[in-house]
Amino acid sequence: MNTLEITTNIASSQQEEKATTQLSGSQAVLEALLAEGVDTIFGYPGGAIMPIYDALYDYNDRLKHILVRHEQGGVHAAQGYARTSGRVGVVFATSGPGATNLVTGLADAQIDSNPIVCITGQVFAHLLGTDAFQETDVINITTPVTKWNYQVTDACEIPTALAKAFHIARTGRPGPVLIDITKNAQLQLFAYEGYNVCNHIRSYRPKPIVRKEYVEQAAALINEAQKPFVLFGQGVILGKAEADLKAFIEKAGIPAAATVMGLSALETDHPLHVGMLGMHGNYAPNVLTNECDVLIAIGMRFDDRVTGRLDKYAKQAKVIHLDIDPAEIDKNVKATVPVWGDCKETLPLLTKLVAHREHTEWLARFRQLEQEEINEVIHEELNPTTDVMTMGEVIKILNELTGGDAVIVTDVGQHQMVACRYAKFNRSKSNVTSGGLGTMGFGLPAAIGAWHGTPDRTVVAIIGDGGIQMTIQELGTIMQFGAKVKILILNNSFLGMVRQWQQLFHDKRYSFVNITSPDFVTVAKGYNIPGRSVKERSDLQQALQEMVDHDGAFLLEVMVGKENNVFPMVPQGSSVSEIRLK
Amino acid sequence: MEKQEYTITLYTENSIGMIGRISTIFSRRKINIESLNTSPSEAEGIHRFTIVIHETEDVVRKLCRQIEKQVEVLKAYYNTNDEVIWQEQALYKVPTEIVTQKAPVERLLRQYGASAVVIRNDYTVFETAGHREEIDALTEALAEYNLIEFVRSARIAIIKDSEGFHKKLKEFEEAEPAAEVVENRYLDKQDKVFTM
Repeated sequence: MNTLEITTNIASSQQEEKATTQLSGSQAVLEALLAEGVDTIFGYPGGAIMPIYDALYDYNDRLKHILVRHEQGGVHAAQGYARTSGRVGVVFATSGPGATNLVTGLADAQIDSNPIVCITGQVFAHLLGTDAFQETDVINITTPVTKWNYQVTDACEIPTALAKAFHIARTGRPGPVLIDITKNAQLQLFAYEGYNVCNHIRSYRPKPIVRKEYVEQAAALINEAQKPFVLFGQGVILGKAEADLKAFIEKAGIPAAATVMGLSALETDHPLHVGMLGMHGNYAPNVLTNECDVLIAIGMRFDDRVTGRLDKYAKQAKVIHLDIDPAEIDKNVKATVPVWGDCKETLPLLTKLVAHREHTEWLARFRQLEQEEINEVIHEELNPTTDVMTMGEVIKILNELTGGDAVIVTDVGQHQMVACRYAKFNRSKSNVTSGGLGTMGFGLPAAIGAWHGTPDRTVVAIIGDGGIQMTIQELGTIMQFGAKVKILILNNSFLGMVRQWQQLFHDKRYSFVNITSPDFVTVAKGYNIPGRSVKERSDLQQALQEMVDHDGAFLLEVMVGKENNVFPMVPQGSSVSEIRLK
Repeated sequence: MEKQEYTITLYTENSIGMIGRISTIFSRRKINIESLNTSPSEAEGIHRFTIVIHETEDVVRKLCRQIEKQVEVLKAYYNTNDEVIWQEQALYKVPTEIVTQKAPVERLLRQYGASAVVIRNDYTVFETAGHREEIDALTEALAEYNLIEFVRSARIAIIKDSEGFHKKLKEFEEAEPAAEVVENRYLDKQDKVFTM
C-alpha cells in the first residue's frame, strides 16, 4: 500500500464516522434560518454579503426574500413582522453603509423589545481594521443598541453563533441581535455537522425564578385594596399572556389601562378597559393613577412618557410590579412588591390567590372622568362641528369599516397619538408603533413587515405627511413584492407634534415645522399603487371604504386641520394628575 | 444618599469586546470609572473585572443590574471599602544617586515598605503596594527628590465574605440552575430600595 492509498483510506473512514457534509459558511447561514423556521427575510445585498446572496439563489423556494429600499426599512419591516407574527424577524445587510443604516432600526427594536436577528456581511478577516472598502466597526457601533452581537471570522462558528442569536433574540425580554460575518467565513467550506438549536447559555438567564412569597404578598395587597388599578404593557403580548391578564382583572374586578405598547393586549371594548396611559393618554387613567391605593404594573417599564413627573407619581399607592427584566424593577418607580418573572407564569398564580371582587364605585369614577373627557375633547374630535376634518373622525370611520379587526401601524407624531387613542382593537398583536424611540419613518416599512407577518389581515398604515417622506422609497418594496398595505396619510401640512409644542410652549414660534409635500397620489401612481386624496368631508367615508375594499395596496391622503392639537396632554415636567384637557 | 467608593466585581466570559460592553454602561450615564482591572478569576475560563466608581448605592445597584443583563456577564457584585481587602501597586523610578545620598529618601522607602525591583547606576525602580492614600503619600514625598517616573495600577480586591466562584459556576452550567443563580441578588434588598 502506498502512501496515497493510506491517506485516502483514513480520509474515507473518517468521513463515514462523522457523516459530515461540506458546506460553505453562507449555506450554513441559510440552513440555520430554515432550522429556526424562518420563512421571510428582509434585506439588501452588497459586496461583503454577496456569498450569502449567492447561496440564497438556491434557497429561493424555501426562503422568501423581500428586497427593501433602505436597510433601515429592512429592520422596521422585520419589527413589523415580529410584532404581528410573534416570531423572530430576520434582516440581511452588507458591511459599511449597509450596516450603519441598520442602527436606527436596531435602536428602535432594542427599546421596544422586538426579537430581531440581523446578519451583516463584513470585509475579509485579514482586512479588518485597515479601513478597507465598506468597512465599519459594526460590532462596536451596534453594541449599545443590540441585546447581543457577535463577529464571525471562521465558518465553523456559524451554526453555533446563529443558534445563540435566535435563542437570545426571542427569550426573556426579547431584543435585536446582530451577527457580523466576514466574507472569507461566508465563502469558506467546512465540515457541517448539522444545526443544534440553542436553549442554554451558561452566562445568560432569560428569566428570573418566580418567587411564591412575592406573589402571595401581592395577592394580599390586592385583596385589601379599595382602589386597585392595573397598568399593562407589551410584556403581556410578548409573554402571550393576554388571556391570563383578562382572567386576572375579571376575577379581581380591577380597572386596567394600557401603555402605548400594550394596546390590543386587551380588547378595547372590554368593560374593565379604561383607556390609554401617558402624555396623550386618557384623562381618567392619568388622574386616577394618583388616587389608586394599589397600582399593579404588568409587563411595562414606567417610561417617562407614562409617568410624567416621577416625584409626583402614584406616591399614595403601593406598587406591585410584574416584569421579566430585573433591571426594570425599581428603575423608575419603587416597587412595594416586586413580582419578577414571566407574566405568563406569575399572572395565573396571582389570579388563583385573589378574591372575587367588583370595585363598582371605583370603576364608576373612571367612567365619570371619561365622560368629562368625552364632553371636553373626544366628542368634538370624533364629530367635528366645523368644516375642517380631524384625525379623530378619520379613525372613527376606519373603526366602523374594519370593525376593529385591522392591524393598525403608525408612524410617530400627532397621528400616532390620535390613532392610539381612538383605534379599536379586538385582538392582540394589532398595534404596531414606534413607542420608546419615537422613530419617524417607522410606519411604512413596519406596515410592509406587519403584512408579511399576517397576510390574511387588513393592515392599515396611518402616517403623517412628515414621516411618510422619511421612508417613502419603501413604496417600491410594496410595488415589487405586493404587500397589501393600506396607506392612510393624515396630512396637516405641518410637522404637527413639534408645531403643537411650539404653539403651547414656545409662543407659537413655528420654527421649521412647515413642511411641503409632493402630490402623494401621483407618487404612488409612479409605483403602480392606486390612491386618492380627500379634501372634503363629503368624500371621506367613501374614500376610506374604497381603500379598505381594494384588494391590494392603496394610498389615501386625507387633508386634515392644519393646527389641530392632540389633547388631553400631560405637559413635560408635570404630574400625571395635572393632565390638561385643552 | 451619599456618594462613596464602591468596588464592583464582575464574573464574565472571557470574550472579545467585554471591556467595551461594560464601559459603555458607565459612560452612557456619564459616570467616571476610577479604576478598572481585568484578570483571570479563581474559576477556570472565567474572567474577573474589578471596577471602582464613586457613586451612591442606588446608582451602583442599578448599574449592577444593567451589567448582569449583558449576555456574557455571569454575576455582578458591589461592595463598600469595608467589605473588601484591596490593594493597588505602584512603581517609582528615582535617580540612584538620590537614594544613595539622601537619607530621608531611604527612610521614606522603609516607612512605606517599598522594595527595589531594578537597580542601575543611573536609576532605581521601587515597587510598593497598598491603599491609594499610602501610594499617593509616597508619590508626593518622592516628588521632591526627582521622581523620574511613576505609575499606579488599578485596584484589585478580594471580597471578605465571598466563597469564590467555583460552586456558582457549576450551577451556571446546569440547564436548570439553582435559584440564586437565576435571580438578581439586588432584587431582594428591599429595605435599601431606591426612592425618588
